Amino acid sequence: MAQRITIDPITRLEGHGKIEIFLDEAGDVERAFFQVPELRGFEKFCEGRPAEEMPRITPRICGVCPTAHHMASTKALDDLWKVEPPRTAKLLRELIYTAFMVEDHNLHFFFLGGPDFVVGPQAPAAERNILGVIARVGLDVAGEVIRVRKECREIIQTLGGKVIHPVCGLPGGVSRGMSEEERERFARTAQSAVAFAQFALQILDDVVLKNKEYVDLILSDTYSHRTYYMGLVDEHNRVNFYDGNVRVVGPDGKEAARFAPGEYVHYIREHVEPWSYITFPYLKSVGWKGFVDGAESGVYRVAPLARLNVADGMATPLAQQAYERMYEVLGGKPVHATLATHWARLIEALYAAERMVELLEDAEITSEHIRNVPTETPSEGVGIVEAPRGTLIHHYQTDERGILTGVNLIVATNHNAAPIAMSVEKAARGLIKGGQVSDGLLNMIEMAFRAYDPCHACATHALGKTPLVVELRAADGTLLERIERG
Amino acid sequence: MSDNGADTLCPFEPKIIGFLCRWCSYPGADLAGTNRIQYPPNMIPIRVMCSGRVDPTFVIKALADGADGVLIAGCHPPADCHYQSGNIKAMRRYPLLLKMLEQFGIEKERVRLEWISASEGTRFAQVVAGMRETLQRLGPLNWRVGQAFQPAEREVQ
Amino acid sequence: MSAKPKVAFYWCASCGGCEETVVDLNEDILKVVEAVDIVLWPVALDFKRRDVEAMADGEIAVSFINGAVRLSEQEEWVELLRRKSNLVVAFGSCAHLGGIPGLGNVTNRELVFERKYTAVPTIDNPTRIFPSQVVTVDGHTLELPRFYDTVKTLGQTVDVDYYLPGCPPPSNLVWDAVTAILEGKLPQRGAVLAPNKALCDTCSRNETKPETLTIQEFKRAATSTPDPQECLLAQGYVCMGPATRSGCGERCINANMPCRGCFGPPDGVVDQGAKFLSAIASMISATDGEEVERIIGGIEDPLGTFYRFSLPSSLLGRTRIATGG
Repeated sequence: MAQRITIDPITRLEGHGKIEIFLDEAGDVERAFFQVPELRGFEKFCEGRPAEEMPRITPRICGVCPTAHHMASTKALDDLWKVEPPRTAKLLRELIYTAFMVEDHNLHFFFLGGPDFVVGPQAPAAERNILGVIARVGLDVAGEVIRVRKECREIIQTLGGKVIHPVCGLPGGVSRGMSEEERERFARTAQSAVAFAQFALQILDDVVLKNKEYVDLILSDTYSHRTYYMGLVDEHNRVNFYDGNVRVVGPDGKEAARFAPGEYVHYIREHVEPWSYITFPYLKSVGWKGFVDGAESGVYRVAPLARLNVADGMATPLAQQAYERMYEVLGGKPVHATLATHWARLIEALYAAERMVELLEDAEITSEHIRNVPTETPSEGVGIVEAPRGTLIHHYQTDERGILTGVNLIVATNHNAAPIAMSVEKAARGLIKGGQVSDGLLNMIEMAFRAYDPCHACATHALGKTPLVVELRAADGTLLERIERG
Repeated sequence: MSDNGADTLCPFEPKIIGFLCRWCSYPGADLAGTNRIQYPPNMIPIRVMCSGRVDPTFVIKALADGADGVLIAGCHPPADCHYQSGNIKAMRRYPLLLKMLEQFGIEKERVRLEWISASEGTRFAQVVAGMRETLQRLGPLNWRVGQAFQPAEREVQ
Repeated sequence: MSAKPKVAFYWCASCGGCEETVVDLNEDILKVVEAVDIVLWPVALDFKRRDVEAMADGEIAVSFINGAVRLSEQEEWVELLRRKSNLVVAFGSCAHLGGIPGLGNVTNRELVFERKYTAVPTIDNPTRIFPSQVVTVDGHTLELPRFYDTVKTLGQTVDVDYYLPGCPPPSNLVWDAVTAILEGKLPQRGAVLAPNKALCDTCSRNETKPETLTIQEFKRAATSTPDPQECLLAQGYVCMGPATRSGCGERCINANMPCRGCFGPPDGVVDQGAKFLSAIASMISATDGEEVERIIGGIEDPLGTFYRFSLPSSLLGRTRIATGG
């Protein structure tokens, strides 16, 4: 009896999505669709706005990663007005940014994706959340997560004005500098962030890596895709969140492309499907071959695992060690196992924390020279950063007064749209057999997207949400079972 | 049908709201009346103490609530304002208001600021007649009707 | 023995920032969790629509709803929560005034779709495929929610009891509101749960604001740098302070950037943008029409600036939709 399973909404991510699974007569998965049912229209309603307002408008694409939008937008303004910020401004921006990466990555591991591992993927729904995590690892740990997050966010709030929707980015610099007292205080936060990052990796080790069942799950084919990978790298091909060039490697790990932000239109195209509001980016040189992986398909992935696959190493020592260990354990580069993203995420949090320490030791960070005022006439600019969830592209076109005439945004999770759809379908195919479905099994399907730490408000630059319901219906439409969330 | 030059074939009679200042423009309108100067009845007068009292909110509300056009009339600058500089404030607000209304898709010609003294009855009549003609050419604004405030039941494609 | 009051958090067309501001209560969130019974919070917990539907009308003590209303499902959800709740609080700018998504009211569905799915530089869509409310793929029928032309506030959709302003509301205001509700010390219905003062009143730069503010030239932060001490309006930067409610701690101004009005206006003002236009235009230092025109040339985008957060709640509500004849 052919059946349809609807998972609507999905939970423990930012945003809305639904999964539609169609079973054939035997009860095996025929097709599965990951639909993103939200859209807002930033690329249209920003036309007519002065470009310098974009670092204050675009963070409202997402309140979980507003700093990413703020920074990509600010860099796009630098390019638009052809102005180079003073070194102090770059240090300040990068500090805000790395503090943000630390707290956001920790949020995801402990609140969103991590519970699946710490508590167990098939644990009862009521335990699969931060409260369940606290029950497993203890209240002290929870207290530490909250404290590190709070202190990092204080850095962003102090320098950026607001932590949710910062305001300080300007073309050519920032609006506010750092005092010596602040530098000392933040340096202490940075040190404790490094210690916490190492501690989080230890938790991962104890709870996940020492559990053979979990390791098998991570390495299983159900959760693997052999795709291209994309991320920003510095001049030594090491991961950099704030600046650099975009590098793409193939499923074999070899470099397939390397380009400056301004060149992105020559490398990326977006495919459209009528069943989702999200678009599906792919590599132009390889082409769109459908929702398939492999070297012949232009589908590529972004975010922590992709960034580590793309890079030749990490720019800080402890993170470099952790990076080497991960690839040793998982059998070399590149790693195609989607769930390994959780591990890569914690390695990035460690790098970000170490980088915070470095930046705060730089004497120039407290200088008062925080702005070079633009003098050129604006016309077009691109700014790219690595958001926690992947490569984030802001592209602005303006008239000679700097009023926007065209906006293009390719937002982190957007790049992952096709891979997520593929991961969900593959997981569904691998897990649902003979029509047997349970809440725990459905959660394991959700784990396939959760590893990507999706942000759908970002991905569709959309505002709209739908709740999550699973309905099991017979071919004649009779409701057999209904499981709900959210 | 009035003999004020209205085009009897044109069915649309615009609604004009007029904010007239108590010291100059409202008496000016009165004068048109007492002198029996014919002018079209499209304007509803609202007496305010000064053109500077006219908050842009009034103009916007008038347009949002069904007016096709709005007239603001006050004493001639620089010296005639009973409150010294109230008319100067009106003069400062007006261009920015028009600029913003244009962004809303409301034509600049729908809102006019005029200086009309208490002795300018004829002028007042001409202003109203002129506005009516302009608004007939522009057509009704029908702000609420045209806005589709109820969610559309349309398909996406 | 009285049970703990039931509380729900829900999001419409939202960015998630209002969720984050609750999480930013940090340790205090444990006190909230102790004092109330959270029966709905999609970002963090797994409660279902069915659970809400099963409740009696008014069983939920208070629902905090954030986000603007732009899809049909959101309307259904807020109507459901309204029925089941004793109090509904519009949480954050989007629910209160429309917020940044409210800027969508300068355009419509057709134009948004046209740009996003056919016109951006990276799009590959020669056959002009658009997302469809109902579509059949390989024999399977898939649906997407209805996307409206016009964004509405929460109050334009259901009755709202209180408003918590801000983008997002600062955590301390959230805490104060939750405490007031739990202790039963709320002001009269319809109130905005923040001080009833204009921002200028509490701004640290107020002392540098001259008695009579006159502006000879408007500046943009893109091409100049604000002085970090002086009143921003006095310097010629468009700052929404005079038409904006206080309560945010002036965090943007403390970072040396002008206010953009996310708290909405103080009591008694029906249209924040119009009020601000009135205020700022009055400050223009000019006595002849040409000079006024020259000076206002420095304000590039009145609609998008004065109504940055409040377009759906404004008197006009949106830009004109062309009526086809």
